[in-house]
Amino acid sequence: MSEPSKPLIIVEDLAKTFTLHNAGGTVIPVFEHLFLEASPGECVVLSGDSGVGKSTLMRSLFGNYVPTRGSVRVLHKGAYVDITGASPQVILDIRRRTLGYVSQFLRVIPRIPTLRLVMEPLLENGVSIEEAEARARALLSDLRLPERLWTLPPSTFSGGEQQRVNIARSFIRRYPVLLLDEPTASLDAENRAIVVQLIRDALSEGAAMIGIFHDEDVRDAVATRLFPVLAYKVAA
Amino acid sequence: MSAAATRPNEAERYYNYAYLDEQTKRMIRRAILKALAIPGYQAPFGSREMPVPYGWGTGGIQLTAAIIGPDDVYKCIDQGADDTTNAVSIRKFFARVADVATTEDTAEATIIQTRHRIPEQPLKAGQVLVFQVPQPEPLRGLEARETETRAMHAYEEYGLQYVSLYENISAFGRIAATAGYPVMVEERYLMSPSPIPKFDNPKMDDNEAILLFGAGREKRIYAIPPHTRVRSLDFEDYPFEVQTWEENCALCGAEDSYLDEVVLDDAGNRMFVCSDSHHCGQRRAEGHVGPMAGHQLANPVAEDGQ
Amino acid sequence: MSAVERLASEPLLRVADLSRWYGSIVGCRDVSFEMHPGEVLGIVGESGSGKTTLLKCLSGHLEPTSGKVEFDTRRHGMSDIYGLSEPDRRRMQREDWGFVHQNPRDGLRMRVSGGANVAEPLMNLGRRHYGEMRSATIAWLERVELDTSRIDDKPRNFSGGMQQRIQVARNLIHGPKLVFMDEPTGGLDVSVQARLLDLMRELVRDLGLAVIIVTHDMAVARLMADRLLVMRRGEVVETGLTDQVLDDPQHAYTQLLVSSVLQI
Ligand SMILES: Nc1ncnc2c1ncn2[C@@H]1O[C@H](COP(=O)(O)OP(=O)(O)OP(=O)(O)O)[C@@H](O)[C@H]1O
Ligand SMILES: Nc1ncnc2c1ncn2[C@@H]1O[C@H](COP(=O)(O)OP(=O)(O)OP(=O)(O)O)[C@@H](O)[C@H]1O
Ligand SMILES: [Mg+2]
Ligand SMILES: [Mg+2]
Ligand SMILES: [Zn+2]
Repeated sequence: MSEPSKPLIIVEDLAKTFTLHNAGGTVIPVFEHLFLEASPGECVVLSGDSGVGKSTLMRSLFGNYVPTRGSVRVLHKGAYVDITGASPQVILDIRRRTLGYVSQFLRVIPRIPTLRLVMEPLLENGVSIEEAEARARALLSDLRLPERLWTLPPSTFSGGEQQRVNIARSFIRRYPVLLLDEPTASLDAENRAIVVQLIRDALSEGAAMIGIFHDEDVRDAVATRLFPVLAYKVAA
Repeated sequence: MSAAATRPNEAERYYNYAYLDEQTKRMIRRAILKALAIPGYQAPFGSREMPVPYGWGTGGIQLTAAIIGPDDVYKCIDQGADDTTNAVSIRKFFARVADVATTEDTAEATIIQTRHRIPEQPLKAGQVLVFQVPQPEPLRGLEARETETRAMHAYEEYGLQYVSLYENISAFGRIAATAGYPVMVEERYLMSPSPIPKFDNPKMDDNEAILLFGAGREKRIYAIPPHTRVRSLDFEDYPFEVQTWEENCALCGAEDSYLDEVVLDDAGNRMFVCSDSHHCGQRRAEGHVGPMAGHQLANPVAEDGQ
Repeated sequence: MSAVERLASEPLLRVADLSRWYGSIVGCRDVSFEMHPGEVLGIVGESGSGKTTLLKCLSGHLEPTSGKVEFDTRRHGMSDIYGLSEPDRRRMQREDWGFVHQNPRDGLRMRVSGGANVAEPLMNLGRRHYGEMRSATIAWLERVELDTSRIDDKPRNFSGGMQQRIQVARNLIHGPKLVFMDEPTGGLDVSVQARLLDLMRELVRDLGLAVIIVTHDMAVARLMADRLLVMRRGEVVETGLTDQVLDDPQHAYTQLLVSSVLQI
């Protein structure tokens, strides 16, 4: 390759402090002066002890938390868009097209059948219903989710089953940037291996990822570099 | 209609000509003119107490009182008949307070006051048909708020009226409503034709006479001037239809008039006769005969020994 | 409409410095925001914070004391809704909008059948073919998962949840651009509420509808809304993406509101 590809996400001078107005104005500084980039094929793994701010950073990148300062620019439809200052419509559009997120749990679980839930990201991006269904079926099979569950809403599923639905929703289409917050936490070894393979496939196709993996085997299998969040801890 | 208000001998009277005082009559005439100018529009008026209870047609009586003059010939029908207690008393009332000639002959009358029917015989220019109206607001059954129904008329929002027809079809497989069937006047105002059978609705369209409607309790007057377009509401796939009968009139044999069913005895024998009693009598006088001609009902007045 | 078009489109609703006073009591004050086609906006806040007042002002039912509400009408384009003549405004409300009330009694005609309630908006738009309207009604009853054999029953014979489904169908059948909802699941018990919410969420997404939904229930807000306005004493104290406002609330009042809900 002649020139290195552009980063898909660029974080500059990011800081996050929580202010708890109803707890006497308690201030919880988490990180500051944080710089981070991820380019196609890269999988940056956030590291650090519990409470250091890994999830907080991840959520700030996704537009779920509001950073105190700094910018998170995402290459969206050919241009860098700062998600921290974007309008709700723009954030939703970035999430729909560019930025995928696998949280540890399914947050909102409406009573929609699993198959439909997995098809949704495709339908929202203009894929035909037939193709979306075929792809959702193939992926759910790959993830070895029993077919009898596909027509049921995931609200009654086990943690591991729900997690696979969650993963399916994020891998059903190629998001240029994928944020992974312990996607394999509640999976058994076999399923973890399947997810590792999905991640590698996506990376080799040019996705950029930022992830949190407590499982060292998984981390070693996917990480292209580690990013210690502690380094940006606010000086006490 | 002649100008009763300017009669020279008026001052000599002990009572107000045609019962109402001149002030009131002028007010009612103004409302009538407004109603005629806006066909189908419900013009408010200051309804007066009348010597009959509401439901006896106080609105119609006030209208008649406001337009009648001594040269008028007055006819009053109730359910198509000239001889019911109501019709007879109202006719006597006007004979006394307005000094007018009365008649049962539709063609001869200049003012016809009616409840529930339009005469079978086509009306002519110069005649006035006065309707007694219990509920002037066709939308009232569906929308209780007066402010809202007023706005609907003002802005020609008549979708709601179709809801009642829709309900009818859903319930009966056809538009089963038979009386007080709503019409559009001049494609502008939705109007209740008072509780006449829908059989009579087509007679309102392009009629030569003036049709006046009065609601006493609700204090509304509305009108259809001569040659006005009056269309009964319907759906594209459920067009408006009038009632028809298998039978002919038992007395005069009429095939095209509105028939009343009359139960004859406890054995369930019945007959169908014209609801318009004058029309039926006239046909019989002309020599038309029905299957039960000569039945005692054919000559009730004679039976009374009058 | 695809996401790009949705984004590129002009605002559907524009609210500027809207205030409504009841004498010296504030209903809502200085509210400004824009909404785009297909967006679902949630208005949250405690009782008496001005949610209903704001919704009434937005939906043309209550003239603001000051400020402006502009809507992209089908017939007149972007218009100040209180600047339109009354018949034009009423026509816009009929053609472009829906309104789902908390109490079905306020949103349904209790004297006519469920089916006629659903079909009425079509008649209001001038449709005059019974058979076509009947089929459209049946299709909508199916869509809101009601037993179509009960199409001719009166609303009072339906349960609260079913009445709300009739209301939803009645407010969507004519293809509105914007639907207002005031606590649409407020009077229902929890399981009925959950099913109705799922249904509404699905319909709103499938139809690409814009919705303004008032609720004091954060779970309802999270499920339905893309974006929230948080109201307190008549003022908007915080606004933003729904998950942002609920997961990382910035204003003291929002933090209190969110923390007072155990599990959302
Ligand atoms: N919504 C929030 N409001 C207030 N404080 C928060 C919020 N989210 C996180 N924090 C605080 O920020 C700090 C970092 O938490 P975070 O969840 O990011 O840690 P983590 O590195 O992901 O830990 P773990 O490995 O245990 O998941 C903690 O002190 C936490 O209490
Ligand atoms: N018609 C009215 N006259 C006087 N004050 C009113 C009127 N309507 C509302 N208010 C007042 O305006 C304020 C806002 O009321 P509103 O009904 O908009 O609140 P809300 O947020 O919808 O509350 P809830 O959640 O209880 O429905 C309240 O103080 C209320 O008492
Ligand atoms: Mg964490
Ligand atoms: Mg309210
Ligand atoms: Zn006869």
